[in-house]
Amino acid sequence: MSARVGVVVFPGTNCEHDVVRGVEVLGGRADLVWHGDRALDGFDAVVVPGGFAHGDYLRTGAIARFSPVMEAVQRFAAAGGPVVGICNGFQILTEAGLLPGALQKNAGLKFRCETVACRVVTDRSALTRGVSTGTVLDLPINHFEGNYTCDPETLARLRDLDQIVLRYVENPNGSLDDIASVSNEAGNVVGLMPHPERAAEAILGPADGAVLLRALLATAGASARSGDNG
Amino acid sequence: MAAASTAADEPLHRQLGLTDAELADIVALLDRDPTDLELAMYAVMWSEHCSYKSSKVHLRRFPTEAPWVIVGPGEGAGVIDVGDGLAVALRIESHNHPSAVEPYQGAATGVGGIIRDIFSMGARPVALLDPLRFGSLDDPRTRFLFEGVVSGISGYGNAVGVPTVGGEVVFDDCYRENPLVNVMCIGLLPRERLVLARAEGVGNVAVLLGSATGRDGIGGASVLASAGFEEGSEAKRPSVQVGDPFEEKRLIEACLALLDARLAVGVQDLGAAGLSCALSETAAAAGNGMDVDLAAVHRREPGMNPVEVMTSESQERMLAIVRPEDVDAVLALAARWEITARVVGRVTDTGRFRVFADPGAEPTGTPPLADVPCGSLGDGPVYERPLARPADQDALQAADPGPVLLARFPAGADLADELLALLATPTIADKSWVWRQYDHQLFCNTVAGPGGDATVLRLPGTRRALAVATDGKARFCRLDPRVGGALVVLEAARNVACAGGVPKALVNCMNFGNPEHPEVMWQFSEVIDGMSDACRALDLPVVGGNVSFYNESRGRNIDPTPVVGVVGLVEHLDAPPPGIGLPAGARIVLLGPATAEDLGGSEWAFTVHGLDGGRPPAVDLAAARALHDLVIGLVADRAVDAVHDCGDGGLAVALAEMACAGGVGATVVPEPGIAPAAWCFAESTSRVLVAVAPARAAAVLDRAAAAGVRAVDIGVAGGDRLTAEGAFSVLLADAHAAWRDAVPALVAADVHV
Repeated sequence: MSARVGVVVFPGTNCEHDVVRGVEVLGGRADLVWHGDRALDGFDAVVVPGGFAHGDYLRTGAIARFSPVMEAVQRFAAAGGPVVGICNGFQILTEAGLLPGALQKNAGLKFRCETVACRVVTDRSALTRGVSTGTVLDLPINHFEGNYTCDPETLARLRDLDQIVLRYVENPNGSLDDIASVSNEAGNVVGLMPHPERAAEAILGPADGAVLLRALLATAGASARSGDNG
Repeated sequence: MAAASTAADEPLHRQLGLTDAELADIVALLDRDPTDLELAMYAVMWSEHCSYKSSKVHLRRFPTEAPWVIVGPGEGAGVIDVGDGLAVALRIESHNHPSAVEPYQGAATGVGGIIRDIFSMGARPVALLDPLRFGSLDDPRTRFLFEGVVSGISGYGNAVGVPTVGGEVVFDDCYRENPLVNVMCIGLLPRERLVLARAEGVGNVAVLLGSATGRDGIGGASVLASAGFEEGSEAKRPSVQVGDPFEEKRLIEACLALLDARLAVGVQDLGAAGLSCALSETAAAAGNGMDVDLAAVHRREPGMNPVEVMTSESQERMLAIVRPEDVDAVLALAARWEITARVVGRVTDTGRFRVFADPGAEPTGTPPLADVPCGSLGDGPVYERPLARPADQDALQAADPGPVLLARFPAGADLADELLALLATPTIADKSWVWRQYDHQLFCNTVAGPGGDATVLRLPGTRRALAVATDGKARFCRLDPRVGGALVVLEAARNVACAGGVPKALVNCMNFGNPEHPEVMWQFSEVIDGMSDACRALDLPVVGGNVSFYNESRGRNIDPTPVVGVVGLVEHLDAPPPGIGLPAGARIVLLGPATAEDLGGSEWAFTVHGLDGGRPPAVDLAAARALHDLVIGLVADRAVDAVHDCGDGGLAVALAEMACAGGVGATVVPEPGIAPAAWCFAESTSRVLVAVAPARAAAVLDRAAAAGVRAVDIGVAGGDRLTAEGAFSVLLADAHAAWRDAVPALVAADVHV
């Protein structure tokens, strides 16, 4: 049975249907979950998609972390379930404390929408399991606040514990250590600024995003079979 | 003018922008003096911006019908049938004056307004295109306006969740004080979700959804959009609205959910003239009346008077006409999306538009603040303003830059620096600095994004796709408005054809100067005739438009600037269209009528050499149609490997753009019988370059011959140089750098702290 992905929708989220489509064209199933919901029963993975949750008012992700669904996301993650935050979802997961670091405005202070090359740094995350380290993927980015930062101790820990998932080949936004994606220590919670769902079909350009989504579906399927995500 | 007419000793109607004759009309139709509120409502509703009083008699000449047109001009948006139960809604609008006063918010609220027009029809907005025009980019104020407008589109469009997939940016000194910010929006809807702005059903209620009504944008339609700019326009800043894309995003979702649940019988957005317009027009459209409960309108601040509430142009508001039994469901749905919703009116059978201060709290029989025939607000005066061909038109046309330039650059002259200069003019140069700031990929429909001839958007759930382009070439319209109007339509349709799209619908944004100048009205009338001729030749119906007059500052009118958006249909999209990139080894074939010595109005003459005047390229509508049909067929059958329209800068620039995109050089041989410089840089219309593998080149030439389209194999792709034998030879890397670096270098001239 194909993996079932819950795609969280806040007011202001706008990439939810793209994620659903990306999952479905790769053979998965996906359903939308409203931010006011408190349960994620029956899902094998959770995606917090891109957009402008609660208008990004105050600060990206700062209000979304208080939506009721985030308690369920916390529990799902704590139980080992795969959780992926894409773009605004990454920002929300850092605000919620599920991922280390923070995302600030791009160096250059401009919104950037373009396709950039990213190198896979680890194969132990929920998004890159089975993907060879060193693989270069062309992935669309679309953000104003994608400039990853954290303190030096955190960066050292990210490196030591193999939590850096993707690095930009050419840094587009000033991110510390060229970081495009990080995971938590366990590797089941991943945030990334690129949008793999926008590169899941060949007609839209390089379909390298499908590599990541397939890895997520495989991870979700495996965790569904082992029943370890409460 | 502004200073005189706002003097406190002027009578109120003149302060509000109404003429004495218009006041007399109002008194006659009411059979009494109007109340202050009534006067204010007539002033905004009868403003040029809302009433189209100067343009109506001319707009009627556009062809508007075709079997696939579901909704034509006059509604919130045009709607066409694209098969499989799907329809496409499209509209274009200007936000020129607000953007000149406050570029970020002016552009942002322009985006917000056009999006509301689209979802008010029941369509989900899926794409924006932004045709923009500014003064010269070496002017610091122009850079301030340019960067502010682009930031506003980026900031609002990205956050509201509608991708900006195309548009254009043109730089010309005639827009220095009066930039043009036009915005086109495209929406998709299942045919059965189509809803019109009709207040059907006596006893139904009007529900106001969205933002609270504030003092922002009071009289925007009459104050900003219906008068030119003089010194001190900063004082008009309170008339510019402020946008909230998050409110609009929730409003989109709430309204579409409301229509999916069949909870609304009519929907209209609140735009120019605010509540006065939306409440009266919906009732008038259904032949009904409307009673308005002013106290029920949720407000941003206390102490607002009735005029302010009824004419405010606060953003992010929608009106839904709802059956009484559905009100609770509507309010619940609004609450889910955190949208405020209030019942502010009731549909009546009186045919009157009546505004009550607080009907719940007042004794029965308290007279209304306004009580006018419902249709009279939207049925403003119609003017047949005088037309006059400008006295200097002949002299302008006689000043042909062709002989001057061809004497300066005779056969054998090295044109390399001319080509590099053209590639570096901001109108031609790479605009990715702009569109990289726009989310152009959301919804995963963008098969071909900005930067090509046309944007291609797949239609979800079908094999079809839309090809969309916006175009305008004002200089041609100034030199000969009738020819120029046709050229603009042809160019947009040709761009759509280059992506394989059969042109199906056109929307226009008519940006002109002061309609009280007979020369401006002559330009307007001529442009409409030229556009109409071209539309008829292409079976291309006009399904909507917008007129922006009073684009003048310090007494100078802008060039007549019709901007058109054309939507075409690609029947089978199984792979992306060829695009413009040259493949190495391909033969390069020029399709279309022979290049003429058409240098009047060209980028080479005007922008590079500062030579104004002459005539625009001649139009042959039948040849244009034949070319478009041929190109559509070649693209559909994948008979060519690259396609590019010859537009600004002519053939040499088109070739250079194809070479830059493909990363490969080319060598071509100028045709005999024409001066090489004209062959390279003239902007003769209806020409397209295609690239095709040598083995398939003969087939392309045969198909062209069969279609009656001239086709000439002019050279081959390959190498690291761009060469037109006997005319120029430049390193591709140099051409690419000139084209790519021009705009970023100019905007980097400002120090950002």
